[in-house]
Amino acid sequence: MTAPPGRFELVVNGEPRSLDVEPRTLLVHALRDGLGLTGAHVGCDTSQCGACTVLLDGRAVKSCTLLALQADGAELRTIEGLGSDGEQHPIQRAFVEHHGLQCGFCTPGMILTAADLLARDPDPDEASIRRSIRGNFCRCTGYQSIVESIRAAGAALRGDGAT
Amino acid sequence: MIPAQVAYVRASTLEEAFDALSDPDAKVLAGGHSLLPVMKLRIARPSLLVDIGRLELGGVRLDDGKLRLGALATWDDLVRADELETPALAAIAECAGVIGDLQVRNRGTLGGSLAHADPASDMPAVVLALGAALELRSSEGERTVAAADFFRGPFTTALHADELIAEIVLPLPPHGSGSAYVKVEHPASGFALAGAAALMQPDGSRTIAVTGIGAQPFLLSNNTEPGAALAEAEIYGDRFASEEYRRHVAGVVVRRALERAAERAKGV
Repeated sequence: MTAPPGRFELVVNGEPRSLDVEPRTLLVHALRDGLGLTGAHVGCDTSQCGACTVLLDGRAVKSCTLLALQADGAELRTIEGLGSDGEQHPIQRAFVEHHGLQCGFCTPGMILTAADLLARDPDPDEASIRRSIRGNFCRCTGYQSIVESIRAAGAALRGDGAT
Repeated sequence: MIPAQVAYVRASTLEEAFDALSDPDAKVLAGGHSLLPVMKLRIARPSLLVDIGRLELGGVRLDDGKLRLGALATWDDLVRADELETPALAAIAECAGVIGDLQVRNRGTLGGSLAHADPASDMPAVVLALGAALELRSSEGERTVAAADFFRGPFTTALHADELIAEIVLPLPPHGSGSAYVKVEHPASGFALAGAAALMQPDGSRTIAVTGIGAQPFLLSNNTEPGAALAEAEIYGDRFASEEYRRHVAGVVVRRALERAAERAKGV
């Protein structure tokens, strides 16, 4: 027996969207399969790797560990909506400039976690950056250039140009 | 991994939540960070999820000599709460800040974690050491259960199926007290292989609770030296850490927690 669907309405990347989902539908699947936003990746699927990270009301969350219906009414930002007017967001630009990615699978999650960190602490030290991306696994570049990218992104967002 | 079929209701009042929980196969959903992982593994297959995530059960407040932590307070809420920035209460934010990762702390809730009662979770040690009580509510009314009576075994608590944790209430320790939480964690999962919370009071009395080493978190007796108490405790070994190793590490984290709590009490 199929459970009755639930209507799920939210603002994604600034646009109101709605979707009928089964109650058991995870947010990451609603985004990928329902709304075509495939930037949130399904990596470990066990709330560890962070590849599915999105911003829910401005805070980084693992979309594989939320029901879509829990996000009903929320404002969601995915990697597709981080930049604006065709321009990359400063965090995205810093990852490009500082080689913060290789295969790119973990990158949307890394960037959105960095967005949450930098919104709270515009000038985090290295230890704080490493602590903050503890829930984001990179399996190719290692973390050094990711940490450097986030430091540079912080500087760019603060406007001190020391990238 | 996708959970089994389940119905869903979002409660907008406590009464709606209690009505829905009259279904014996219902489970309470708060942040979802304990329940959804076990539903994805299909270890849990409730027929109904009662989402209490929008109820007014969050927040941290000081009230009449007591600290009241809302069950829906997230780990991140506890890390940032100004009310907890005292030497006596420092263990709470210290513990919340080492749970999971940034994303997990944004969603995971205090009440959800205590109700889940993973024997390796961190916060139970802190609520035990600080002498907390849990205020439980159901359609029948309210009751208060001391943390020491709440944890009954692995994933087993005194909470009835139709009850919710509303608040965690702690007596404010006297001025000059200090508390701390220290763990040695599993490097991949972050869960405690051994964790210890300590409260030192100015009269020299101390309370110590440990987690991650047995069937449930527990207080160490005040009448025995911690090392002697741990030597007699029933400690679990598993594929990550043998019983002998856990007993040793438990002694180390207890000593560190006591030292840090004492430093905080002295204002070092």
